[in-house]
Amino acid sequence: MNKPIRLIAIFLMLLFAALMINATYLQYYASGRYNDDARNRRVVDAEFSRQRGAILVGRDPVAESVKSKDLYKFQRTYPKPQLYAGVTGYFAYGGAVTGVEKSQNNVLSGDDSRLFVNRLIDLLGSKGPEGGDVELTIDAKAQKAAYDGLTSLPGKVKGAVVALEPSTGKILAMVTTPTFDPNKVATHDFSANQKAYDKLNADPGKPLLNRAVQMSLPPGSTFKVVTAAAAISSGKYDASSMVPGGATYQLPQTSGPSGLVDNEGRDCGVKTVKFTQAMENSCNTVFAQLAVEVGADAMQKQAEAFGFNSDYDSWDDLQGTNGKSTLTTSNFPTQMNPPQTGQSGFGQYEVRATPLQMAMVAAGIANQGTVMKPYLINEVQSADSDTVATTQPKKLSQAVTPETAKEVTKLMVATVNDGTASPAAITGIQVAGKTGTAQSGQDNVPPYAWFVSFAPADNAKVAVAVMIESADIPRDDIAGGKWGGPIAKSVMEAVLNP
Amino acid sequence: MSTLSPGRVDQQTTFRSRRGAELFLLVLALIVGIGAYASVGLGVNGHVPADILGYGGWLVALVVAAHVTIRLVAPYADPVLLPIVAALNGLGLAVIHRIDLARTDTDFAAKQLFWMSVGVGLFIATLVFLSDHRALQRFTYTCGLGAVVLLLLPLAPGLGTQINGARIWIHVGGLSFQPGEVAKVLLVISFAGYLVLHRDALALAGRRFGGIDLPRGRDLGPILAMWLISLLVLVAQRDLGSGLLFFGLFLVMLYVSTERPGWLVVGGFLFTAGVAATYFLSGSVGFLEHVRNRFDIWLHPMEYYDRSPGSFQLVEGLFGMSWGGLIGRGFGEGRPTRVPYAESDFIMAAIGEELGLTAVMAIILLYGLMVERGLRIALISRDSFGKLMATGLAVSLALQVFTVVGGVTRLIPLTGLTTPFLSYGGSSLVANWVIIALLIRISDHARRPLPDLSVPDDQDQLNTQVVKLP
Repeated sequence: MNKPIRLIAIFLMLLFAALMINATYLQYYASGRYNDDARNRRVVDAEFSRQRGAILVGRDPVAESVKSKDLYKFQRTYPKPQLYAGVTGYFAYGGAVTGVEKSQNNVLSGDDSRLFVNRLIDLLGSKGPEGGDVELTIDAKAQKAAYDGLTSLPGKVKGAVVALEPSTGKILAMVTTPTFDPNKVATHDFSANQKAYDKLNADPGKPLLNRAVQMSLPPGSTFKVVTAAAAISSGKYDASSMVPGGATYQLPQTSGPSGLVDNEGRDCGVKTVKFTQAMENSCNTVFAQLAVEVGADAMQKQAEAFGFNSDYDSWDDLQGTNGKSTLTTSNFPTQMNPPQTGQSGFGQYEVRATPLQMAMVAAGIANQGTVMKPYLINEVQSADSDTVATTQPKKLSQAVTPETAKEVTKLMVATVNDGTASPAAITGIQVAGKTGTAQSGQDNVPPYAWFVSFAPADNAKVAVAVMIESADIPRDDIAGGKWGGPIAKSVMEAVLNP
Repeated sequence: MSTLSPGRVDQQTTFRSRRGAELFLLVLALIVGIGAYASVGLGVNGHVPADILGYGGWLVALVVAAHVTIRLVAPYADPVLLPIVAALNGLGLAVIHRIDLARTDTDFAAKQLFWMSVGVGLFIATLVFLSDHRALQRFTYTCGLGAVVLLLLPLAPGLGTQINGARIWIHVGGLSFQPGEVAKVLLVISFAGYLVLHRDALALAGRRFGGIDLPRGRDLGPILAMWLISLLVLVAQRDLGSGLLFFGLFLVMLYVSTERPGWLVVGGFLFTAGVAATYFLSGSVGFLEHVRNRFDIWLHPMEYYDRSPGSFQLVEGLFGMSWGGLIGRGFGEGRPTRVPYAESDFIMAAIGEELGLTAVMAIILLYGLMVERGLRIALISRDSFGKLMATGLAVSLALQVFTVVGGVTRLIPLTGLTTPFLSYGGSSLVANWVIIALLIRISDHARRPLPDLSVPDDQDQLNTQVVKLP
């Protein structure tokens, strides 16, 4: 009987070998596939349990991981939730991550290759892996000024403020209202966080929408800065020129009131008017004629030089807070006929701009015509606060020549000193600005109030765009200068007088 | 009995007692068991468990008691079996304790320690009261009948309970019991006794077909009966694992006793046909759905993750083992409780997750070694009954390990079986300790030196005494 026993022994040995080969396959070769499965709670939870790095403004964290006693070891907390929600986004269970939390996930979780050396040290020591910190370009005072300005408007305010450093593109302030409390979404109480999220998602005010980068509206008269730049670039005008004006202007190829542009009673000369006065009084008739004069192609070229019609998808540090990472593209219509071109001259027709785009227009003029790429991440730091990478400013485009920029600046300075933008004037500092009150085009939707400005005019340190989509302001009283101007002023002051 | 010839080489070998080696290996095994218990405490709670002395002391006492018994009543027994079993049982206890700590509302480890004590008690009792394994041959038919009754018990209304689709438990009072585990031992004894008596008849030449001697039709009776019993177990109790185990066991023992591979061909064909029929009939026969479901899950585990009955348990086990990787997450760092029944059928998944592929390999090797020692005992055994019984016991352990570990790691469809000595479960643990006791009893018999019957070496002297000068 020994021969069959030996054969059985060999057979059983093969079975055990199969077990070992299969275990090796499962735990070594196939493990990556199983670990990548979205249903694998172990991996999801481990990601969620990491000691994530902090998001810093200056030295103060606006998002940090603090020890918690539950399964996940660390709770993500936001010390100033409402103020920074639009920037930080939130880090919630199950891969629900938005804002900088999402765009900088690799750094914050510690996976980024730039943190490799630190990770190696973590591995050698018995410490768990620690994420790196991210320092934002945000100026805490400017951010607060912008937030206070927006929220102090009457009623439930929908709006956004973006402030840029013109010479670098650093985003000094980015505020969107209504805002939300990311702590409520990030909590480990999963029924509460789902409820909080559902409530935010269903809110008609769309608090999860980052209006600063994810909403484009007609920019109205603030767009006249672009039209002025196009007109001056054409070589026919400078800031001291006379420009075609008049109380009304019948758009080409039109007849009757639908094609008739007026100035709502402001003085815009009879036949011609001084360029500065046209800007001060925000003369629609003037800018419609200038736009028609330079033509649709030149207008489009000028707008695109400031950043219109290009998607910002590669600007990965700017993210939405509603889970959608794509930023909204600012639109300048193509293939326009002359009457449409005329309307586009004062920011109507199908012109749409995000607050970030209008801040880039102001910053481009302020920076001798050079538009810098806006960025939000100043530095990446290791867990021990050593700087491992600093963002280098990048030139995005040369929107206008320095000379043209200088002329446009003169017009905007005049608008602050003697015109509609006077609420933004700061004693002792020359401010350049432009107001805008854009028709929504719908009867039941009130106009949008805009304001763009930069200061000091000759050597700008800050450029601001304010957009008020709606607030509890009587329809007749809505005006970019009156409501947006003071907000822009306080943001500029926060940067200029630290 | 004419064809029976114990290995010529083995017969000449003189075995030493090797009890010292066993003691040394037992110390290593205890280090594994108690060390694992301590590191569970360190990993989960951050400190060595407070009861480490009492726990370790009890484990040492059990192992020493078993060792001393072997020294006294089976001094020539195989020295490797007990240490392997002690290591596996100790590790199993630690892992079950770890799962208790994660759940906080179970005390399986304490119960398992109790059952281990019962198991060691029965181990000692078996060795003490069974001084010669051949005595069991007298109970061939008693054991067979007992096994069948035990197998049918769960089907009895009021006694049996169905858990997770399989009806293999009986509940008496507050205790649950898996009679199949004990039936397994009885079946081995019964098969061995039957085959020793009838092997010659079964080994008679039949038709030769394709180079293989196929058995005669009239000899197919027993194997057909066994096949039917296995299918009955499989169908009535929906227990694919035990069906496979019993049938495979019988087939191997039949082959070993008759030395005719034709039985393997016939048996393999019958088994495949049975399983295939089950699979394809399941659409029309409702109660086979359970078995069919197991097959579908095996083939497409990811698609059944969210379904019920689905593959949640299997896939969570696979996730856990993948998550463990080569060296595991370490005690307290994994999530073994995500796998339902991690303390019993799926204990290999828990080990794979927290101790990694390293420990899984080590455990499979330990099982391999255990089976190899069992078959070695069969090889050197001097009587046919001992040979068959040792083969049967070793093969039953091997098939059980293969079925459950292969099922958990998705090598074969998952069937509900316990992992010997590791899994939580009283009936299984106790039955397996008895299996080891029987193997040790047979090995002691096989390795014991033969009484000295040889004639004196000095032939010359012998001659001078006998031959006388005329």
